[in-house]
Amino acid sequence: MVALIEEDQPVLAAGYVRHVHEPVLLVAHASREAARRAVRSIEVVVEAEPPALDFRVVAPAEQIQYGPDNVLKRLKIEKGDVERALARAPVVVSGTYETGAQEHVYLETQGMIAYLEDDVLVVKGSMQCPYYVLKALQHALARDETRVRVVQTPTGGGFGGKEEFPSHIALHAALLALKSGRPVKLIYDRGEDMAATTKRHPALVRHRTGLSRDGRLLAQDVEVVIDGGAYVTLSPVVLSRAIIHAAGPYACEHVRIQGRAMFTNAVPFGAFRGFGAPQTQFAGERHMDVVARTLAVDPVELRRVNLLKDGQTTATGQVIRDSTDRVAVMERALELSRYREKQGEHTAFNATHETLRRGMGLATFFHGAGFTGGGEVALKSRLRVAGRADGGVEVLSANIEMGQGTLTVFTELAAARLGLDPDDVTIAEADTSRVPNSGPTVASRTTMIVGGLVERAADDLRRRLGLDHSARGADVKQAIRRWHLEHPAEPLFGEAAYEKPPGIEWDDKSYRGDAYGAFAWAAYVAEVEVDLRTCATRVIDFTAVQEVGKVLNPTLARGQVQGGVVQGIGWALMEECTWQDGAMANNQLTNYLIPTSDDVPSIRVAFIENPYPHGGGGGAKGLGELPIDGPAPAIVNAVAAATGADPRTIPVTPERLMELMEIADFGLRNAD
Amino acid sequence: MNALLPESIPEALDMLARDPAAVPMAGGTDLLVHWPVRIEAHDRTYLDLSRLEDLKPLTWKADELVLGALTTYWDVIRDERVGREFPLLVQAARQVGAIQIQARGTWAGNVVNASPAADGVPALMAYDATVVLESRRGREEVPLDRFYSGYKEMRRRADQLVVAIRIPRRTYSFQIFEKVGSRRAQAIAKVGLAVTHSDAGWRVVAASVAPTIRRCLAVERLLETGARAGVSSSEDLSPAIAQDVAPIDDIRSSARYRNRAMARVLYHDLKDFWGPLLERRPRADPLP
Amino acid sequence: MSSQSAIPNPQSAISVTFTLNGSSVTVEIDPADRLLDTLRYRLGLTGTKEGCGEGECGACTVYLDGVPVNSCLIPTYQVRDRKVETIESLDPRALEAFERCGATQCGACTPGVVMTAWWIRGHPDLLRTHTIRELMAGNLCRCTGYDGIVDSIKEALGER
Repeated sequence: MVALIEEDQPVLAAGYVRHVHEPVLLVAHASREAARRAVRSIEVVVEAEPPALDFRVVAPAEQIQYGPDNVLKRLKIEKGDVERALARAPVVVSGTYETGAQEHVYLETQGMIAYLEDDVLVVKGSMQCPYYVLKALQHALARDETRVRVVQTPTGGGFGGKEEFPSHIALHAALLALKSGRPVKLIYDRGEDMAATTKRHPALVRHRTGLSRDGRLLAQDVEVVIDGGAYVTLSPVVLSRAIIHAAGPYACEHVRIQGRAMFTNAVPFGAFRGFGAPQTQFAGERHMDVVARTLAVDPVELRRVNLLKDGQTTATGQVIRDSTDRVAVMERALELSRYREKQGEHTAFNATHETLRRGMGLATFFHGAGFTGGGEVALKSRLRVAGRADGGVEVLSANIEMGQGTLTVFTELAAARLGLDPDDVTIAEADTSRVPNSGPTVASRTTMIVGGLVERAADDLRRRLGLDHSARGADVKQAIRRWHLEHPAEPLFGEAAYEKPPGIEWDDKSYRGDAYGAFAWAAYVAEVEVDLRTCATRVIDFTAVQEVGKVLNPTLARGQVQGGVVQGIGWALMEECTWQDGAMANNQLTNYLIPTSDDVPSIRVAFIENPYPHGGGGGAKGLGELPIDGPAPAIVNAVAAATGADPRTIPVTPERLMELMEIADFGLRNAD
Repeated sequence: MNALLPESIPEALDMLARDPAAVPMAGGTDLLVHWPVRIEAHDRTYLDLSRLEDLKPLTWKADELVLGALTTYWDVIRDERVGREFPLLVQAARQVGAIQIQARGTWAGNVVNASPAADGVPALMAYDATVVLESRRGREEVPLDRFYSGYKEMRRRADQLVVAIRIPRRTYSFQIFEKVGSRRAQAIAKVGLAVTHSDAGWRVVAASVAPTIRRCLAVERLLETGARAGVSSSEDLSPAIAQDVAPIDDIRSSARYRNRAMARVLYHDLKDFWGPLLERRPRADPLP
Repeated sequence: MSSQSAIPNPQSAISVTFTLNGSSVTVEIDPADRLLDTLRYRLGLTGTKEGCGEGECGACTVYLDGVPVNSCLIPTYQVRDRKVETIESLDPRALEAFERCGATQCGACTPGVVMTAWWIRGHPDLLRTHTIRELMAGNLCRCTGYDGIVDSIKEALGER
């Protein structure tokens, strides 16, 4: 079995398969062509049973394959008395929202190389979590740590897609290498990768919201259902993050969020940037605009009235007291995007243009970085900074570079901490035989949490050299060199282990307390243009404002936001998986469309800084995932503003929008 | 896999006559898609056209533009005269994927690939292009709007090679090209439309809405005759469209969407021509 | 060389001579080899990447007779006696604008992006009829959101 949250997924299925791309047989040959021809000549005979393929409905008895009801995980958040509050609320607005799967399309597909070096199994490849792969190999192959070595090679994009699936490929390559006695390379081509690896969990979210007539939130009742596919993978944790973010960055006394992750016979879903939060925040932020329309209240004012102020609590009862002015974040986005001005321009434009309609849309949202609750403690992350013989230092961590800037940020943090030149700092290859387990490269934790470990390990190195905590630069280098001369062939390193910041309390049973050490806050504004002839939507302007603690490297930070926004644009408008027997049928880039440079405007980015006391680099909060939480609702809200239509499902493809507008019988009639 | 490498057109025609199963290969932008996994394609014989220099140039004559069999989309984009006289060719070419495809894809290749979603064919057809075929048995010319007989079926014998596409030079009073999709630079259209008007009459050509790319004769008749006066909404076009095309639900889009999008685009793009004469707006300038 | 270079049917092997990065090279290939396969697996030039195999992503972009093309869609035998240039032929100093402006994150699309971008820089007349974004639409990037790439090209153009 492949070790993950549950050990339910076999390395190779024997006797029973739960989804159409379940691996059953491995074939290797010196020639790729010969291997392909061999696979073509093999027929896998499967006796089909009726599959459970719709996660939104209760499965009939003969389709129950997990527990008594196909529920992989149930979670609930409760605050106050939501039923009573709803019953007493002057206004109740309901809404149901859906989000589709999303495929990562990292430009480098997944792949592994496995070979034996004496008695040590070496596995190298594209991955986000070398220690996850190590654990999976040790567990399934019954080999201890000294006989397995996992090395991360330069990874061409991950976005969560290489968090756990690499363990499967690693095991397959390893099995073939062990059996053949020869090195094995296993690379998925794009079609295989899109069809067989994990994707973002599809979700269905229902809101029932009680408000006062002037728009104050009185009660939020939310139901979240996600499709986990045929194995547990990471669904419980995705569900966790989904429900924690489901009520949005708003103050409300009475909240209930109930979530369930469903088993279906689809190819299993897994981690994708945002990890549940984009799904529920699409629903929540689209719902805010639906509420605004119902109450005839300005969507900006609705948010102004309800955005969390210091001293107020989140859905899990976490007291927010970081002194970020969340309304100011929103105001800055409105200012930079010329929101009000453009609304005025659009009124005139839409009244006179034959076929085009323009609109502005807003989303205010948040993202908690690091593992939820006690998760970071459970990881027991450790990191080392070694002193090299030449006086420089080497950072040893399991956190990898996949384009988000780990190499640069760790180098800058270590250099700054010790007063060294960046050229004096190297980052060790993520090789499990050399680097300690600083945790997985996920959850936007690398700078905020692991960056902090780099700094503390550097301090520890200084201590071991007997230096004063203010020692810098040449003094440090000299001390390191001298130490090596005095202790030949001995390793010199400083160490740091994760310590939970004080004052963080989380109860996993009741799902109450401080879910994350810090939240980053954001407000995004989208301007869209819809062509009524075809109902195709273009994003013509986009503004992304976020408060992220501290920006360590402006170029990298801006890149994270722009990249995340464009992924969000794709998810909102054009990235749609079509399904056949629970597998992706449009598994090629011609038919699964991601944005090209010509499909997106320049993304305007602004940062507000309010250092998080326990964040690496003097106060960084996690940034990697936040930017994909906001674009989809901002865009769909803009489409609604432009056309009068009311989309509740993404992607808002031209087909979906045309149907909505024809059903509502407006807009298109006027244009005709 | 067998690769035949002729150095001249007669040699190529000889090879094709001897082995009619050989697949002529120009830019490869259709034939090599997903090549590694298409093992059955590796067992065929291919006829490489890339060295047949005479097939490369596009040629301006007094009364026609002749595209060589190896003329690429990029060749057309870079020719200023094409932009002036046949702007739909440039518009179509610019929407074929991106530069890397435009630099290799050929108009002739697009014609013989016979895809119902082809990019170049609608514009060529709207300009009354003629396909010129050569073989050992001689030359044959087929008007493009009569070249396709069914899904992926065309009037090309296996021993024939497309050597040129002839386009008559005319003065056009109206011309538009539309490629409908979910994104800008895209491989395959959900609906493709090319519409022209000259002294030779109206040409309305649609792609991705039928097993073949074809002229929409019922819509053309609407435009040619006074019947266009009775069109006051996109729905009024639906009966004519239904006579001409039969879009399907597929992996990219739905029949319903294709029908409605086609009707709306035609209605709006030709807005100066629908409705009673008195209410018609002044003629729009020919589009660039 | 990797084991992928074994030619399945040696009798059908052909010899192809072409100019590669300024020098003449002759290589034995299987007729089914795409130019991408020949570059990566027979010639060891792994800078050119395979991202999709269908001409959509542009990670395999090389110059053929000076123009950017997808090497995943070119049969190797078609480049005989022609000029091929890969990312390895570019002066590393060409990357300066890209490093400064955040054009690269994971790097997988970067060789293809730089090839197309450098060609645009060499043909600024194209910008009379095309935008940078249209010309770059054949190079997919999933990390940067494209602003860093477009900024780099503008910077590189400004340098001239």
